[in-house]
Amino acid sequence: MKREDLQLLQKREWCKGCGICVAFCPTKVLIIDTDDKVTIANEDACIKCRQCEQRCPDYAIFLEEASDV
Amino acid sequence: MRSSQLVEKYFRTKNLPHIWCPGCSLGIATRSLVVAIDELGLDKNKTVIVSGIGCSSRAVGYLDFNTIHTTHGRALAFATGVKLANPELHVIVISGDGDASAIGGNHLIHAARRNIDLTLLIFNNNIYGMTGGQFSPTTPHAALGTTAPFGVVEQPFDLVKLAEGAGATYVARGTAFHVNPLVKYYKNAIEHKGFSMVETICICPTYYGRQNKSGTAVQMMHWLKDSFVLNTAYDKMPEEKRQGKHVYGEFVKKDLPEYVEEYVGIIERLKGEEDA
Ligand SMILES: Cc1ncc(C[n+]2csc(CCOP(=O)(O)OP(=O)(O)O)c2C)c(N)n1
Ligand code: SF4
Ligand code: SF4
Ligand code: SF4
Repeated sequence: MKREDLQLLQKREWCKGCGICVAFCPTKVLIIDTDDKVTIANEDACIKCRQCEQRCPDYAIFLEEASDV
Repeated sequence: MRSSQLVEKYFRTKNLPHIWCPGCSLGIATRSLVVAIDELGLDKNKTVIVSGIGCSSRAVGYLDFNTIHTTHGRALAFATGVKLANPELHVIVISGDGDASAIGGNHLIHAARRNIDLTLLIFNNNIYGMTGGQFSPTTPHAALGTTAPFGVVEQPFDLVKLAEGAGATYVARGTAFHVNPLVKYYKNAIEHKGFSMVETICICPTYYGRQNKSGTAVQMMHWLKDSFVLNTAYDKMPEEKRQGKHVYGEFVKKDLPEYVEEYVGIIERLKGEEDA
């Protein structure tokens, strides 16, 4: 699977707003919004490194091929 | 919106979101195990995951395999029975630091000594999470717990040295921050023939963190990032740089006769003598 085909996706209901994905995203793509949940604020900067997915304790953010959505 | 394909395939999604606190790293360790199982291509129906009691042990409730949620400290005893009854199965045990090294300490040393082909994953958050923050055998000296309001006066177990000393033939330590090496250790442990133990350094922001003023989950993850060093890098560090650092990595990998094979071998031999 090519990196460019990957899309950043959310399972927003499961997000507990811990901020781990936000803190360790190397390109500052993510923010915690006023609902205390994560929001993709700067998608263009995403380098698809999967660090958010690997460290999200709640499986609320992940990368997958766009066509599979 | 659905969850990821990995989660859909290996988790009991009807039980999600899980009960763990915001920022609790048990979810990271549990997902890392699933990634390891997926990359190894294990058959779900031939994989058994056994746990004891504790926040860590609740992982089995979310995992869509053959799972057994047993009693506190006894997961390895149940797992031993499963493995002996059907040696074909991959048997993986998930245990907290209390479950594995306090009430379950004797099962740990004897499973290691026997070199039975089980994989023990200890999710070590240095505290009894489920029961509200009592200190465990791995709580550091002087740290606070509800049962040590003035600081723990004991010295903690080093689970890697304990497992090695007891005879485990694969021993590694990873952290919930360093996910890629963690997945690698889980894979190597599962593939290893004999008793394998991987300690995963976890964070419990709620009970360890609050009592010890460790800060938020993010700050505790920064602590994992900054204070854990790969063993091979640590060995090359000058003494003054080692201050306050902890090591992760693989520590033991060796081959010794495995318990179930030995046992089955004797049965086969005796049967042969009977037939003769
Ligand atoms: C025989 C028995 N003794 C005590 C308990 C109470 N108890 C439940 S979980 C637990 C300790 C949990 O700590 P740990 O094993 O480190 O797991 P964590 O919750 O931190 O993941 C204790 C003492 C019990 N359930 N059963
Ligand atoms: S994949 Fe990497 S760059 Fe993209 S949001 Fe996640 S952590 Fe940030
Ligand atoms: S790591 Fe997961 S639970 Fe935490 S804020 Fe990010 S998406 Fe939400
Ligand atoms: S009490 Fe600690 S270990 Fe248990 S779910 Fe909460 S943060 Fe995790």
